[in-house]
Amino acid sequence: MLDVQIMAEAFPNLLQGVGLTGKLAILILLFGMLVAIPLAYARNAQSAWLHGPASAYIFVIRGIPSLLQVFLVYYGLGQFDFVRSSALWPIFRDPFWCVIIALGLNSAAYTAEIIAGALRLVPKGLNEAARALGLSWFQTQRKITIPLAVRLALPAYENEIILTVKATSLASTITLLDLTGAARLEVSNTFAPYEVFLTAGAIYFCITTSLSWLLRKLEQRLSIENRAVAQKARELQVGAAAHA
Amino acid sequence: MTLAWLSGYGLQLLYGAGVTLSVAAVALLFGTAFGLSLGALKTYGSKPFRYVAEAYTAIVRGVPDLIVIYLIYFGGTVALTRLTGHYVDINGFAAGVAALAFIFAAYASDIFRSAIRQVPRGQSEAAHALGLPRSVTFFKVVLPLAWRIALPGFGNLSIILIKQTSLISVIGLEELLRASAVVSGATREPFFVYAVAALLYLAITSTASWGLHRARLRSNRGFA
Repeated sequence: MLDVQIMAEAFPNLLQGVGLTGKLAILILLFGMLVAIPLAYARNAQSAWLHGPASAYIFVIRGIPSLLQVFLVYYGLGQFDFVRSSALWPIFRDPFWCVIIALGLNSAAYTAEIIAGALRLVPKGLNEAARALGLSWFQTQRKITIPLAVRLALPAYENEIILTVKATSLASTITLLDLTGAARLEVSNTFAPYEVFLTAGAIYFCITTSLSWLLRKLEQRLSIENRAVAQKARELQVGAAAHA
Repeated sequence: MTLAWLSGYGLQLLYGAGVTLSVAAVALLFGTAFGLSLGALKTYGSKPFRYVAEAYTAIVRGVPDLIVIYLIYFGGTVALTRLTGHYVDINGFAAGVAALAFIFAAYASDIFRSAIRQVPRGQSEAAHALGLPRSVTFFKVVLPLAWRIALPGFGNLSIILIKQTSLISVIGLEELLRASAVVSGATREPFFVYAVAALLYLAITSTASWGLHRARLRSNRGFA
């Protein structure tokens, strides 16, 4: 039923797409994080002028399909003459950068939700104590809030990383030869869709599975649970309870 | 321009939105049935069945949705052609619905499993003590209680499903995104057309989340 010969021949051709898939995923996540951090602070802000636009952005991005966002950037922006004549046109003409912009802005909305949630989970008293000790807002964020929020956000962000790796397959719809694009090209050469897409699926599966294994290791290392510090914190708690 | 929109292009987009809704509805129906069976298998099944169900979820989770769609559409065509001996053209609607239902079921089965497990044991023990058969216990006692717990996760998945229908455009089914591509080719105003499509998607998904919010409030009445 399955032609193993075709699968073996397709394998090296498909591997050539893996590099682009990885490059896209890394750049999308970096760009997404860059946008997500200010967005998350704006989302948690008291002022309606910051909170409103941030919430609206997240609502809109999460409400429409990411493939539509890719098309909107790649095909849509070319409609305007001022985009075509601007210095940025070489970027908006290039499918590579369009995917990174579209999926990066998309990832930013989901990442901002994760970060904003984690920041809200950090106990308020810690912030207030730091401020009372005379630390500035930036120092408080850098020394107290962010280190704690990172640990809280990590499990959810792991999921976002895996989803982004899978989302890079959308790049194949605008002519890029990532892993999915390479698979489509291979299918048009061999007309063996079963064999080729199964091979591509297996490669994706290996990437996402090993990635989530690695991320879980990282999470365990960072988690407060496994540290001597956590033990000390617990002893302190027990001591305090004994005194009371 | 306005006249053209009123006469044809706008209608074409609305028709596409209708196709999007029907793909989502049919995929939701099949996906829920399949996901519920998988979830029950993961909870009550014997070891080999449980492993198969777990492996199914792990594989679908690890592979992009586009690959699943391509595999079912193109792969299905080749498989049916080989089986029947003459060329079979698979219907895009059926292939799209099947692919989305398979993906939906993989994620939904985990939600159903954890919901079934959260139903207090006493409920099914009491049903057993009353002499109810196992199937009646599951459908009349456990499932109605599990639904309430599963609703938030199930709702999120349904919203994701609506957005995933846009992926079906790659196999040529004229749902909302494909219709927008066709219209933008004719009007040469791609940004405007895709923005209209985005508003239609936003209207659909926000209506769906509002409905789910209402459903959640209703399912929680009587609970603190």
